Amino acid sequence: MNVLAASFAPGLDPDPPLLAVRGLAKHYGTTLGCRDVAFDLWPGEVLGIVGESGSGKTTLLNCLSAQIEADAGEILYRCRDGEEVDFRTLPEARKRALLRGEWGLVHQNPRDGLRLRVSAGANIGERLMAQGARHYGGIRGEATGWLTRVEIDAARTDDLPLHFSGGMQQRLQIARTLVTQPRLVFMDEPTGGLDVSVQARLLDLIRGLVDEVGASCIVVTHDLAVARLLAHRLMVMKAGCVVEQGLTDQVLDDPHHPYTQLLVSSVLQV
Amino acid sequence: MTVMLSAQNLAKTYTLHTQGGTRIPVFRGLSLEVSAGECVVLHGPSGAGKSTLLRAMYANILPDEGEIRVRHAGRMVDILAANSRTVLQVRRQTLGYVSQFLRVIPRVPTLDVVAEPLIRRGEDRAAAREAAAALLARLNIPPRLWSLAPATFSGGEQQRVNIARGLIAPTPILLLDEPTASLDAANRAVVTSLISEAKAAGAAIVGIFHDDETRAAVTDRLFDLSTAKAA
Repeated sequence: MNVLAASFAPGLDPDPPLLAVRGLAKHYGTTLGCRDVAFDLWPGEVLGIVGESGSGKTTLLNCLSAQIEADAGEILYRCRDGEEVDFRTLPEARKRALLRGEWGLVHQNPRDGLRLRVSAGANIGERLMAQGARHYGGIRGEATGWLTRVEIDAARTDDLPLHFSGGMQQRLQIARTLVTQPRLVFMDEPTGGLDVSVQARLLDLIRGLVDEVGASCIVVTHDLAVARLLAHRLMVMKAGCVVEQGLTDQVLDDPHHPYTQLLVSSVLQV
Repeated sequence: MTVMLSAQNLAKTYTLHTQGGTRIPVFRGLSLEVSAGECVVLHGPSGAGKSTLLRAMYANILPDEGEIRVRHAGRMVDILAANSRTVLQVRRQTLGYVSQFLRVIPRVPTLDVVAEPLIRRGEDRAAAREAAAALLARLNIPPRLWSLAPATFSGGEQQRVNIARGLIAPTPILLLDEPTASLDAANRAVVTSLISEAKAAGAAIVGIFHDDETRAAVTDRLFDLSTAKAA
């Protein structure tokens, strides 16, 4: 049976979602990580997950991106070849192939997503080689092309990211992630550790590149301004549960849940 | 005349949970229809719910009751009941909205800020920038500012950049929230003629205008919220 087709209202939308999550839950012992999480994500859509620290948003992202194992629920994904799979029940090898070939993950700390003692160019090229690229010149050309796109001087191709600034490292991590043209990208506080001056450029860059690659994106952030600029849709989490979801501007301009109202009214104005 | 937007039986009450659950009723049983080629101006004292109604028509604020149907791609779509993707599609193609304030990514050049809605529609980047330049020139934003980000511009300049961004990709329905609030007479006149041109091209327009001159120039019909609402 077509699991994805059953998961959205008929007649409203001819295209099926890329990802359909149902009843996802994670406990750490008796402590709740998240529960009853359900949503659809369509091609090209950016979904923001907001909430304060401890609300379960990173737990949810980690469950979705297969970094930790959920206890219950379905993660239904439509593969590039059209096949529909429940990611949680796939054999390990298939999971790894999808992670390598169709999904991408941008860590909050670029040091977790990069190999710091391998050149910038190799950090990008490595992902291509994992996908089967073998032609050295082609790989190197692609790598320098991507460095330029994330505004890193191509002359730095052979330098180690260890010696890059935090902002450059984050841009390199984004290039490394997007080079394989992933269909689904997870980002955990992508502008988290960066100076405000660097954040703005990076946000614009992420938005442009995600558009260009046509990827769907799930972004965790505690910064509502970042969410407003990047996300089409928002999910607000509190104590492990989704308390409100909707179009980003609806949630931020006309919040209904008491917790969302508190979040929105707590933002400092500059 | 073709009805482009039909709001029926709208009711909205804000509940402020962070302030002791205070309830602020805005309107009830409110209905309004707007046809192609006409400009309806929302009227009423401050607090009457003009902005709430206008933003509801953009599905930015969700009323508690009622429906707002807009003519999108040849059929009427209730934007309050439609899913997020449909609402975004309706906004991109059918519903234009010019707010009072410019809200953009910092450090993006003005020309790109204005060209973006066209590019998102699939227009060629160079053509979109050309159209942006023409509109900015018409709104008296000097070319030396085009490559700068608008954050440091004056209030009036920012508002004109916002208008350019809001009007560059023509839509069959146009919602205007005080687009002339901080403009001088010459620039108000430019905006007035842009609105008249959109109207002549068949756009259905709903607006809030506080300056009498602009209002007089563009209004076909006043919609008075103080008599229409029964909250």
